[in-house]
Amino acid sequence: MNSTAPVTTPTAAPLRRGPTAWKSGAMQGRIAARYAAERRFRRTGLAAVLLSGLFLAFLLFTMVGNGLRGFTYTSVAVPIDFAASPLTVGRDAFTAPDADQQLAGAGLREIVDFAAEEALGADGAALISENAWRIVRDELKANPDKATQRGTFALPVASAIDTAAKYDGTADAERAVTALREKGLLSTGIHWPFFTGADATDPAVAGIWGALKGSVMTIMIAFAVAFPTGVLAALYLEEYAARNRWTDLIEVSINNLAAVPSIIFGLLALSVFIQFFGICQASPLVGGLTLALMTMPVIVIASRNAIKSVPPSIRDAALGVGASPVQVVFHHVLPLALPGIMTGTIIGMARALGETAPLLLVGMRAFIGDVPTGFCSASTVLPMQIFLWSDQVDRGFVEKTSAAIIVLLIVLLSMNALAIYLRNRFEKRW
Amino acid sequence: MTEAEQSVAPENPKMTADNVDIFYGEKQAIKNVSIAVGTDLVTAFIGPSGCGKSTFLRSLNRMNDTIAGAKVTGSIKLDGENIYDPAMDVVQLRARVGMVFQKPNPFPKSIYDNVGYGPRIHGLAPNKADLDVIVERALRQSGLWDEVKDRLQESGTALSGGQQQRLCIARAIAVDPEVILMDEPCSALDPIATAKIEELIHELRGNYAIVIVTHNMQQAARVSQRTAFFHLGTLIEYGKTTDIFTNPKNERTKDYITGRYG
Repeated sequence: MNSTAPVTTPTAAPLRRGPTAWKSGAMQGRIAARYAAERRFRRTGLAAVLLSGLFLAFLLFTMVGNGLRGFTYTSVAVPIDFAASPLTVGRDAFTAPDADQQLAGAGLREIVDFAAEEALGADGAALISENAWRIVRDELKANPDKATQRGTFALPVASAIDTAAKYDGTADAERAVTALREKGLLSTGIHWPFFTGADATDPAVAGIWGALKGSVMTIMIAFAVAFPTGVLAALYLEEYAARNRWTDLIEVSINNLAAVPSIIFGLLALSVFIQFFGICQASPLVGGLTLALMTMPVIVIASRNAIKSVPPSIRDAALGVGASPVQVVFHHVLPLALPGIMTGTIIGMARALGETAPLLLVGMRAFIGDVPTGFCSASTVLPMQIFLWSDQVDRGFVEKTSAAIIVLLIVLLSMNALAIYLRNRFEKRW
Repeated sequence: MTEAEQSVAPENPKMTADNVDIFYGEKQAIKNVSIAVGTDLVTAFIGPSGCGKSTFLRSLNRMNDTIAGAKVTGSIKLDGENIYDPAMDVVQLRARVGMVFQKPNPFPKSIYDNVGYGPRIHGLAPNKADLDVIVERALRQSGLWDEVKDRLQESGTALSGGQQQRLCIARAIAVDPEVILMDEPCSALDPIATAKIEELIHELRGNYAIVIVTHNMQQAARVSQRTAFFHLGTLIEYGKTTDIFTNPKNERTKDYITGRYG
């Protein structure tokens, strides 16, 4: 340390060498090989990018191609004369809390079928969807004046007719479509029940809203549970816990938890939440808790990395003016780590949103015909709805499946966009 | 220790260290150091790299507490109170003994919030107007006011290196400390910024006890009235700066300040 002698090695003879032959053939060959390696690497990289772009384009093309028609439905214009064939209930039935039951018992279905036979011929009732009367019911509820007049209603056609109108159908259906087209009664429009309804056996009324709402509620529960727990655990481990064997053990366990297959979390949730605690099964509550179990380790890992990347000089600065450790954490470390924490959390949440396996085991696989009304009501989620619809043989459900995939992808892409926005918005430089 | 004991003690000591040993785990970084730091004086700690001068400095406001395995024995007193006493509140201690670090480390907040942070968390400013006064005074004292008065809401990290360091000094003096510890405050700065900081140290001298660690012996000679020379964890010589630089009593001090090693 305190030596001032110059660094020399007097015993070693100076190395003598002729001038380097930069222009020799061997040297030129090495240069050419270097450039070739460079080109090869660049081409391989480009090919990889093109290949993934191709996959994405193919996915989008098939999804959008199939799915867009899932958002539309064919309807037929049918005049219904409520003056000639009146309903057997009074006007106040339309606004009663049990309006649906009252109208179902008031012969509305028969009136609609009769009107269809009048307008479209003897098999008219078979041409319209068996749920067409529900559409009429909803329209009457929205506008009770129509219930006593003659009016024209756009009724959804039967699934087979819709398929024949959009693609190729059976010979009978094709004939019926041709006949209706000649009369100018068919029209195609956005299928609103798809955006407001829940699952159904008839594609004419099957909707995505039930599953979408279920997904949103499930994710809300998962976020509310996993985010605070995960962030607090990460803060404690990074800022307070002593480095010893126990914290090493906890760290290894958390990393392992993040790698556990999601179906295992489903089994855990089944035995703990449903069988032990008796939480309402198939509900967004239990689904959200299950996904929270699965997402929390991811949030802990992302948060720890974000907290680690806050420079120690900021902690020193805050401690140096007399901030207490809690003040250091909440005034400085957490705000600086937040963009990273949020990005990690949203990516974890997006993964949870697309998760199916663990939810199979807590009962969210069931056919749920109603839009969930609360955190404890039976519900399904988007990926599960896709799974259920893809199992159906009806052609109408094939396009509904693709449409549901588009909805799921839009939700996922918006979440990722939000993650990027938040990261850029709150990122601070030092 | 004999050399240090012979040295001039300041007339009214602010901080007194007696037989201090500092360990990092098994390794002893500071061996039996006793020193008194005077009020109204700038004390410079000099010595070759790894001699423990920064470690010792950090023990004066217990910043070593944050390092796992660091242990301090002996006594360090601030106005006669042992700062390692369990009854001593470390948060208050660090407000009374402020610190400026080697690398400028402003918070990634506005200039105003950087300076106002300390007074705010210690409740020194009951309202916004009081805080405005404190911030302005601290920035004026650190010679930064004229440069930043029109952009107090801009980020502190957008300033130049020298301005950042003066901002850090303003942040330290905003809580009205009694002692300011500076850990090589100019090592990351250019000569002009360094000159400004040295000038600032001169101006602050009357109000605070200042302890500065420096690698730059000219700087120690320029800014300090007392100099302590550390080597391999021991205090070799401590005395008036003029004596240390013109008439060192110890051979190793003499070798170091004449550039034989370092």
